[in-house]
Amino acid sequence: MKKILIANRGAAAARILRAVKALGLQSVVVYSEADAGLPYVRQADESFCIGPAPARDSYLNQDALLGVMARCGADALHPGYGFLSENAQFAQRVVAAGHCFIGPSPKWIDALGNKAAARALMQRHGLPAGGSTGILPGDDMAAVCRAAEALGFPVLIKPAGGGGGIGMVPAEDAQSLPACWERASGLAVKAFGDATLYLERFIQAPRHIEFQFLADRYGKVLSLFERDCSTQRRYQKVIEEAPAPAIDREAVADMAARLSAILGEIGYDVIGTVEMLYTPDSGFSFLEVNTRLQVEHAITEAVTGVDIVQAQIRLAAGETLSAVIGPGPMLKGHAIEARVYAEDPVRFLPSPGVLKTFDLPGERPGLRIETGYAAGNRVSSHYDPMVAKIIAHSDTREGAMRTLIDALGDARIEGIKTNIPMILQVLRSGRFQAGAMTVDSLQALIPTEAAKERA
Amino acid sequence: MKKIVSNVAGRVVACCVEEGARVGPGDEAFKVESMKMEIPVESEASGRIARILVAVGDEVEEGQELAVLE
Repeated sequence: MKKILIANRGAAAARILRAVKALGLQSVVVYSEADAGLPYVRQADESFCIGPAPARDSYLNQDALLGVMARCGADALHPGYGFLSENAQFAQRVVAAGHCFIGPSPKWIDALGNKAAARALMQRHGLPAGGSTGILPGDDMAAVCRAAEALGFPVLIKPAGGGGGIGMVPAEDAQSLPACWERASGLAVKAFGDATLYLERFIQAPRHIEFQFLADRYGKVLSLFERDCSTQRRYQKVIEEAPAPAIDREAVADMAARLSAILGEIGYDVIGTVEMLYTPDSGFSFLEVNTRLQVEHAITEAVTGVDIVQAQIRLAAGETLSAVIGPGPMLKGHAIEARVYAEDPVRFLPSPGVLKTFDLPGERPGLRIETGYAAGNRVSSHYDPMVAKIIAHSDTREGAMRTLIDALGDARIEGIKTNIPMILQVLRSGRFQAGAMTVDSLQALIPTEAAKERA
Repeated sequence: MKKIVSNVAGRVVACCVEEGARVGPGDEAFKVESMKMEIPVESEASGRIARILVAVGDEVEEGQELAVLE
């Protein structure tokens, strides 16, 4: 492997570019017309415009990406996260063209991409998946109702072809089920082009805990511990931390070991994250497997000392785990990440615009900033609203919180609105400080904290 | 003159009203896609849609007029 094409944009592209350079490999960046002025585009050895701003005409344009690979002689492609990172057909095309796809083998992207099939696979290997059904017939409401009754209300209707919390619809009771089902079906077609749905028992106030794995192409799997991503708004993560606070360490270690064994058994390769829901009463239940690098990988890097992106590239190229990482890394300290979004912190509407001022705190001990933007750049409405990730690492959770709060307080961003005020509110809340966030907490916390400030 | 204005910058992905139709406060008139989210644009006033100023696919700015009411 000599030359890597980075098929992504923004913070993901900038981060991967750094890893490619650190490995001494040649880098190729692609960009849409809207992204020509982003700073990392100039830092790559080669860069190519692949089309107009809309993602479907550029970052999702498979022919354009494969065309650039052929033209510049890249021998590997890093898909980053989002865009084509979990598109099995694209991964297959990259491999068929004789290139290395820096991710799991396409068969795993395919097998785990269908959420109902992924659940069935994990259950066959002995993983508790909570109550769930298989894919249900969309045209037989009586059968759907029977399945929901058997599972017990409330239930969550989920798209089988989806992921990332998109298109899920809860149903309280049998009366509301048909209307909810119809809505979910419409959302699933729109988001994923696939109307197949299944049901899960709705778990009240769970935590979102996920397990990071690296694996080589020869059946060896390494657990890089867990992340707690319970601070979410509408299933989109806002704050993540590693390790999970205030939890039974033995239960976590046990689950990591079981997942590691399952992934080893099936021959999973390169990189993946298993997302689970957790409550102290019901324990862990399986959510999905993400067959790619995650946005929040940096907190795991902070607490393990492993450069996950470099490791991913080397493992994809065929190196062994023992060559890449050596003996199992230990957990060291605590890390917290905040995702800064271009978003109105009160109305939660997207806030695209030009970054008139974009001063993020500079290098300081225990602080890491990841962004694809610089002052003067436009945050386009065509892409997701994340403008930066701020990652704090310290010996203690309190220390990491302090560093993160200071850094967010020092950030000066003008020209767009950001969610920083909301993040600070959460970090300063008693609930977050107690390590007691569940996936519904953020929504509940905002009005409470606002009311407190008024009082 | 009463207007319906976009509450966000993005691309118009749906127009839910026709010229001549009556709308009331809170009625969804457009959908604007921005940063991978679909944002409903509602009418704040009541009236009849006199003119629609944008087409599906148009890029709009925050505060841009999308329709005129009478």
